[in-house]
Amino acid sequence: MLVEARILAGEVAILDGLSLTFSAGPPTVLIGPNGAGKTTLLRAAMGLLPLTSGRVTWGGREQAAPDRRAILFQRPAMLRRSAAGNVRYALAAAGVPRAQRAARIEELLALVGLEKFAARPARRLSGGEQQRLALARALARNPALLLLDEPAASLDPAATKAIEDIVRAVAARGVKVVMSTHDLGQAKRLAGDVVLLHRGRLLEHTPAAQFFAQPRTQEARKFIAGELLV
Amino acid sequence: MLNRRSLIAAVALGLAAIAPATAQEKSIVVSSTTSTQDSGLFGHILPLFKAKTGIEVKVLSQGTGQALDTGRRGDADVVFVHAKAQEEKFVADGFGVKRFPVMYNDFVLIGPKSDPAGIKGMKDVGAALKQIMAKQASFISRGDKSGTHSAELNLWKAAGIDIEKDKGAWYKSIGQGMGAALNTASAGNAYVLADRATWISFKNRGDLAIAVEGDKRLFNQYGVMLVNPAKHANVKKDYGQAFIDWLVSDEGQKAIASYKINGEQLFYTNAKDPSA
Amino acid sequence: MPGDVSAFDLVLSGDPGLYAIVRLSLLVSLSAVLFAALIGVPAGALLALTRFRGREAVIVVLNAMMGLPPVVVGLAIFLLLSRSGPLGSWGLLFTPQAMVIAQTVLVAPIIAALTRQTIEDLWVEYREELAAMNIGPARRVATLVWDARFSLVTALLAGFGRAAAEVGAIIVVGGNIEGFTRTMTTAIALETSKGDLPLAIGLGIVLISIVILINALAWGARRAGERYAG
Ligand SMILES: Nc1ncnc2c1ncn2[C@@H]1O[C@H](COP(=O)(O)OP(=O)(O)OP(=O)(O)O)[C@@H](O)[C@H]1O
Ligand SMILES: [Mg+2]
Repeated sequence: MLVEARILAGEVAILDGLSLTFSAGPPTVLIGPNGAGKTTLLRAAMGLLPLTSGRVTWGGREQAAPDRRAILFQRPAMLRRSAAGNVRYALAAAGVPRAQRAARIEELLALVGLEKFAARPARRLSGGEQQRLALARALARNPALLLLDEPAASLDPAATKAIEDIVRAVAARGVKVVMSTHDLGQAKRLAGDVVLLHRGRLLEHTPAAQFFAQPRTQEARKFIAGELLV
Repeated sequence: MLNRRSLIAAVALGLAAIAPATAQEKSIVVSSTTSTQDSGLFGHILPLFKAKTGIEVKVLSQGTGQALDTGRRGDADVVFVHAKAQEEKFVADGFGVKRFPVMYNDFVLIGPKSDPAGIKGMKDVGAALKQIMAKQASFISRGDKSGTHSAELNLWKAAGIDIEKDKGAWYKSIGQGMGAALNTASAGNAYVLADRATWISFKNRGDLAIAVEGDKRLFNQYGVMLVNPAKHANVKKDYGQAFIDWLVSDEGQKAIASYKINGEQLFYTNAKDPSA
Repeated sequence: MPGDVSAFDLVLSGDPGLYAIVRLSLLVSLSAVLFAALIGVPAGALLALTRFRGREAVIVVLNAMMGLPPVVVGLAIFLLLSRSGPLGSWGLLFTPQAMVIAQTVLVAPIIAALTRQTIEDLWVEYREELAAMNIGPARRVATLVWDARFSLVTALLAGFGRAAAEVGAIIVVGGNIEGFTRTMTTAIALETSKGDLPLAIGLGIVLISIVILINALAWGARRAGERYAG
């Protein structure tokens, strides 16, 4: 997948002259300080944002296969239904036949560790539980490209590990995962390649091992060292 | 729980619930005046009529002008009001088939017991009205083009007063029904012209009492007419005529005459009097 | 003498005349709310979710129509349904059906306006999730209406309150015919005009009690539903 994007909000560039290729393989991890443009990039890749200029292409075909994309938002909205109802809705939207839905719901809730909460109203779940439910909802679409916006941001260590395991498993099945995070450890653990964004610009896009061992830019070095990028 | 099935059920129920209302077709609509309805006369005679004929009478109680208009539009089958001249015009214009006199009652001039105009017990209603105006005593007019309202206007005229020109702050036209006029008079200690039937059954009298009664000019004739089926094909002429025939029959007349409140007869029958 | 019997005695003794009046009042108002909901909810949802020129004006007019004067609506329906009017052949004037029609006209704008507001608020919350799930317009409306159903109960109750309290329209189109089109409110108007103020007040208290009861039931249903579905 190729993203060439320039997105303006009025006069202000949110993403500027960005050009990125996400290729099949292990997860791509987006990092960068608040407001760097991570969420904006993911939403653009999902086709949710009109690009001011530029394009998103899929293996050469523009805007193809939109059904095989799924996104987990940074702050997911819960439908006013039970946890199972949320997953069922996503399955129905993805065109999964009625007869298969019950089994898939059980499977997906178990995958994110929410099998006990199936009948719970989704909006009564804790923030972390909601995050995991939203992941189950995204997986219900059986995506080829899975976009995750800080999927573990409000999770405790155990749940974070569970999510990382899911990400690894999904990626191993050939699903392309693009995720953002503020957790450098997580980036190290999961990333095949790393994208560093800063103020809407692409600073670096390198294989993970190289990024952490020998960052090319000054900003990347600072960021890895835990200094504040402002 | 709400679901699609219960929604459909609710709609069906809603439709079913209001449907039977039209099913009972052996019925007629009679547009009449507030006085006949509010006095309870219909409550007394209609069950007798229904028992005999099986015809349900639905009564609209309106001012005479509105009741005639309802007939004119074809929204009623029978018109039963008290304004002889207007009734005759209604028939002459082709809206009604024929006018039948049925009964009369009388108007009474009501006023506060304190009697600020000093008219209590007068036998001449014209003189009493003149005195009300002279003393600038409060007077409530229906002002709603009803039979009672037109009777009131005729009485002013007969007394030699051009009320349109001579009225002052003491004369208040409220544009409402008899009950509302009595309520207003009761609240403001004013004089008001009322039909006796409504007056007898009126409950919120406060300080009001009859000031003048018995003058021949206060008599109030009721007539009944079938709305012309030639104008409005929907008119149920057989049932409507059956009702009219019954009202003027000996049986109907007896039923009317036997209606009493507190032992007082309210309506005097005169179907046999061709000049009525 | 009938006027000396208070409305409470009438209720306690199960007076059939009063019972019929209460029954008709509820039947007319609830039917009107039902039909108004069938019109107003989809209309409100559509207005919330579509963008077209003059939409703002439509919203302003709709909000203003929440305050339609009942007598004027009654008069308009009267002229339509009169034997001398365009729909005279239906023979509906001075029937309960005419009252339902009039009240439907009064209540539908209330339900539509409140629905629009409710759906629009929920839409802000759901917009991206539904877009990410590739939900089409028809399904979007259905989802939002379904998920807002407990909030929409409030809109229905507002409509019911208007219908149950209303006298101006139904007295014009119903004619206040005893045993046929006499409702609580028209009976109150009649007893007031007859000077039987205690009976009128008594009937008024009965009416208010019934309205409170129905609101309580609907509220309870809403709470129970929310507990179940979140
Ligand atoms: N619709 C918009 N209008 C104006 N500015 C916007 C809009 N959306 C995003 N921005 C701005 O664009 C910049 C990038 O936002 P974005 O949400 O992509 O950041 P992020 O990298 O996801 O940050 P965080 O780590 O806080 O989630 C921010 O400065 C944000 O305020
Ligand atoms: Mg973000």
